[in-house]
Amino acid sequence: MFRKLHEPLTEAITIYVDGAPVAAEPGESVAAVLLRQKEAWSRTTPVTQSRRAPYCLMGVCFDCLAKVDGVASVQTCLTMVAPGMRIERQQGKRSLSA
Amino acid sequence: MSEVDLLIVGAGPAGMAAAVTARQNGLDVLVIDDQPAPGGQIWRSVETVAATKRGALLGEAYAAGQASAAAFRASGAVYEPGSQLWQIEPGFRAFVTRDRQARVIKARAVILATGAQERPAPFPGWTLPGVLTVGAAQILLKNAGEIPEKPVWIAGSGPLPLLYMTQLLKAGGRVAGYLDTTPKGRLMAALPHLPGALGAMGDLLKGLGWKAALKRAGVPVVKHVAEIEAVGTDKVEQLRYRTANGREAIVSAEVVLVHEGVVPSIHPPLALGCKVEWSDVQACYVPVLDSWGESSQDYVFVAGDGAGIAGAKAAELRGHIAALRAAVKLGRLGEGAADERAAPLRSSLGRELALRPFLDTLFAPRPQVFAPPDETIVCRCEEVSAQEIRDLVKLGRPGPNQVKAFTRAGMGPCQGRQCGYTITHILAQAENRPPGEVGFYRVRPPLKPVTLGELASLDQQEPVA
Amino acid sequence: MQPDVVVIGGGTVGAAIAYGLAARRQRVLLLDGDDGDFRAARANFGLVWLQGKGMNMPAYQQLTRSSVALWPDFVAELTETTGIGLTYEQNGGLAFCLGEDEFEKRKLQLQRLHNQLAGEDADWEMLDRAALSKLLPKVQWGPEVAGASFGRLDGHVNPLKLLGALHAGLVRRGGAIRSGATVREIRRDGEGLRVSFGNEQVTAPKLVIAAGLGSQALARQVGLDVPVRPQRGQILVTERLAPFLPLPASGLRQTGEGTVMIGATQEEAGYDVSTTGEAAAKLSRKTIRLVPALADVALVRQWAGLRIMTPDSYPIYAQSPSHPGAFVALCHSGVTLAAVHAAGLAEAIAAGSLPASLDPFHQRRFDVPKAA
Repeated sequence: MFRKLHEPLTEAITIYVDGAPVAAEPGESVAAVLLRQKEAWSRTTPVTQSRRAPYCLMGVCFDCLAKVDGVASVQTCLTMVAPGMRIERQQGKRSLSA
Repeated sequence: MSEVDLLIVGAGPAGMAAAVTARQNGLDVLVIDDQPAPGGQIWRSVETVAATKRGALLGEAYAAGQASAAAFRASGAVYEPGSQLWQIEPGFRAFVTRDRQARVIKARAVILATGAQERPAPFPGWTLPGVLTVGAAQILLKNAGEIPEKPVWIAGSGPLPLLYMTQLLKAGGRVAGYLDTTPKGRLMAALPHLPGALGAMGDLLKGLGWKAALKRAGVPVVKHVAEIEAVGTDKVEQLRYRTANGREAIVSAEVVLVHEGVVPSIHPPLALGCKVEWSDVQACYVPVLDSWGESSQDYVFVAGDGAGIAGAKAAELRGHIAALRAAVKLGRLGEGAADERAAPLRSSLGRELALRPFLDTLFAPRPQVFAPPDETIVCRCEEVSAQEIRDLVKLGRPGPNQVKAFTRAGMGPCQGRQCGYTITHILAQAENRPPGEVGFYRVRPPLKPVTLGELASLDQQEPVA
Repeated sequence: MQPDVVVIGGGTVGAAIAYGLAARRQRVLLLDGDDGDFRAARANFGLVWLQGKGMNMPAYQQLTRSSVALWPDFVAELTETTGIGLTYEQNGGLAFCLGEDEFEKRKLQLQRLHNQLAGEDADWEMLDRAALSKLLPKVQWGPEVAGASFGRLDGHVNPLKLLGALHAGLVRRGGAIRSGATVREIRRDGEGLRVSFGNEQVTAPKLVIAAGLGSQALARQVGLDVPVRPQRGQILVTERLAPFLPLPASGLRQTGEGTVMIGATQEEAGYDVSTTGEAAAKLSRKTIRLVPALADVALVRQWAGLRIMTPDSYPIYAQSPSHPGAFVALCHSGVTLAAVHAAGLAEAIAAGSLPASLDPFHQRRFDVPKAA
C-alpha cells in the first residue's frame, strides 16, 4: 500500500515479519514497515477475526497491535524498529502461553 | 518514587514550551511522552528530518519545530520519551511505564499537553486495511519517508488534507482525487468571521496557496461529498461516494485517507476529574480552564490543542502561560512578574485564536459524520454497529455509560477514543437532546494498556500507599 | 400507562423484580436514575455463587440455594423472551488457596457452613493441588497454590448482559423504563403512593424501592430505616485471551468474550468510585501468584463499584407498616439472587405481602437497641 520515497534504503537494517526478513530503516516505526508489506495488515480482531491495519499512527486506535519480540498486543506505531526485531501479526485472541 | 515540582505530559509544542518556561523559573521539571522523540504530531521526527530533503518538502512550519526542540533539549528539564502514562491520581501520583518498567512519579503540579487526535468519522468500511487518516499518512511521511504506492483517494475537510496533498505531490506521490466533504454554504457562514481572522492573514494565504498548487497539479476535486463507503473483504478495493446533490460513483482504490478535523485529547483531563464543557462550534468537549490554563482541579493545567484546537503556535503560547502560573503557585515567581511576562504572550495568543471562529465555521463537520448508517461499525475495538446503539434507545433514554455496559462499545483498548463522540451524537439524535447534555463515557484507567506484571512489580518496588 | 407497580431503581435488583412482576400481569414502570449514578450493577463480577455464603445467617444460605436452583430456568426464559445470550454456565466454581494454612482454613469454614444446614448433602469438596491440576490441565499454577475449594453448584454469567436482558425483557412484557428519572419524593396519595421525579409524578398502588445506596433516603419517606453503607470494590479486566480457564473462581474468571476479570477489593472509602494504583498492584500481584503466565497480559480496564452493605452484610426485604404497598429490596448479591427476585419475591410483592421465610431479612433486625 505504501512505499519509501527512497529505495534502496540508505542504512537498512533487517527485521522479521512472521519469520520473513524485511528491510527497515532506523528511526521508523514498526507500523510503517508493516504498511509497506504485500500483506499490509497487523492483526485480526478478537471479536470477528477481521483484518486490521495501522489506522491512526499516533497511538489512539489500537488497530496496529502485533506481537513484537515475543510480547503480544504491542502498539507498533509507537514502537521503533531495531535490528533483528521479530514481528508477528496477531491472530484473534492471543493465547496465554505467549 | 521520583518526585518533581512539575510533571509535563506530552512533548509537543505546548509541552516543550512549558518545560522551557518552567525551567527558567527554577522548577524541577519532568517531561514524559509516548513518542520516541520530541515534537508531538506536528513536528514528528523534526530533530532528525528537518535538515534533510524530506524536511524541505514538509515546509517551513515543520522546520520551525527544530528550534523549539533545541530550546527544549537545552532547558534542563528531564525528558523521558517512550513513556506511557496510564493512571494519574490526585496528589499527584502519575503511574508511568517505560521500557516495560512501571513506576510512580510524584508531582506538585501537572501540565497536560497531550494534544489532539483526529475526529473519529465512522463510515461503512472504515475498519478495512487501506483506510487511514490523513494525519496518519502525514506521520508516515515525516517519520518514515513513506507515501501511498498508487494514486491515493483523499476524503475530508479542513486544512490538513490540503497541506498533506501539497506535500505528497512535492514528494512525487499522486492523488487520485480529493473528495471535499465540506458542505455547501460553509464559506458564506464563515465569512462574517473573516474580519476577526485577518490578523492571521498569513495562514489564510497559505491555505489559498495549497489550493492553487492542487489546481496546478490537476488533482481532481469532487465538492460537497456527503457520504463515503470503503468496499472490500480483507482490504479496501473500492471507494463509493455520494455528493449532497445525489451524484454517486464507485472508483477502485487501494488506500483511502480520511480527515474530518481534530478534537482535543480529553481522556487525561477526564481521568483527573477536570470539568469539561461542550463546544458547539468544534463539536467536542473542551476542558474548562482559567486564563492561565488551570483546570477545575487545583494544580492541573491543560495546554496546547488539548485545551481546544488552535494549532502549534497557540500551543506554544499556552504552554508558556501555564508554566508561568505553575511557577507562581509553587512559589518561584511573583504574581506581578507572571502577569507582566504573560501579557505579550496573551496578545499573541489572541491573534492566533482570532482565526479559529472562521476556520471552525468553514470546516464544521458534515452532519453525516455524526449519523453513520446503521451497518457502520462505530466501536472499532468491540465491533459494535450504529444499529446496535440505536436499538438501545428503545429502553428508556440511556446515556453513554449504559450503552457501554449493554453493548461493550467503549470497553476495548482504545477506551472510547474512537467511538465516544459517535455514541454521544447518536444518542443525542435519537433522544432529541443536545450532545452536551448526553455526556461522555466515564474514563477508566489505564489510559494506556499496562501488563499485570508491570503493575505487580510496582507493588514490590515500593509501597504505593 | 397507569402502573400497578412503580419500581425505583434500574439495577440488577430492581430490574429483576420488575421483570418478574411484569410476568405476573402487573403493569410495571421502572424508574432508573442518571447515567452517572453509582451503579453497582455495572461494576459486578458476574458470579452466580453459593459456596462460602451465609455464615451465621442460615436463611441467607437457604435463599441463595433456592436462587441458584432457579437460575437455569430463569436464564432459559429470559433468553427466550429477549433473544439475548447471557453466557451463563453452572459447571462449578473454585476458591483458590495460597499455602496450606489457607487451604485448611477454607476447609474448616465450609465445614462450619455445611453444619448450619442439617441433613443437606455436601455440594462442595476440597481439591488439593494435584486434583486442581487434573481438573484444569491447561493452567500452570503458581508454586504457592495449595489447592482450592470446589462448589458444584457455583456458576457465572455476564452481569451486563443480564442487566440488559432484564431491561429488554421487562419492555417485551409490556413494562416501561424511564432513564434519568431520579426520584425526589414519595407520598401517600389516597389509596396509592405518589412518586415525584423530574417535573413528573406517577401514582400507583404499589412501590418497590430497589435503589441501592439511594434506598436509604427513599425508604425513610415511607417510614423505614434501612441502614446501608457503600463498600468499594475494584476490579481489573484484561485483554481478550483464548479460553484457558473454563471454571469461574472467586476473584478470577475468564468471561465468554475471553477477557479475564480480577477482583475485587473490599474497601471502606465512602462514596468514592475512584480507582487506585495501589489496588491495581495488589490485585495483579495476587493474580500472578495464582497464574504466573498472566504477568504479560495487558490490563484493559480498571473500575470501582460500591457494594450496598447492610450492618450484617445480608439483604433487606421489607414492606412499610406505615405505607402499605411500599416495599424495600436491597442487597449486594443482586446477580446470584436475580432468579429468586424475579420469581418468589416478585410473586410476593404482586400478592401484597412478603412470606414468613423472608422475615429474617426484615430491616427491623437493625432496629434493636444498639447496646447489648
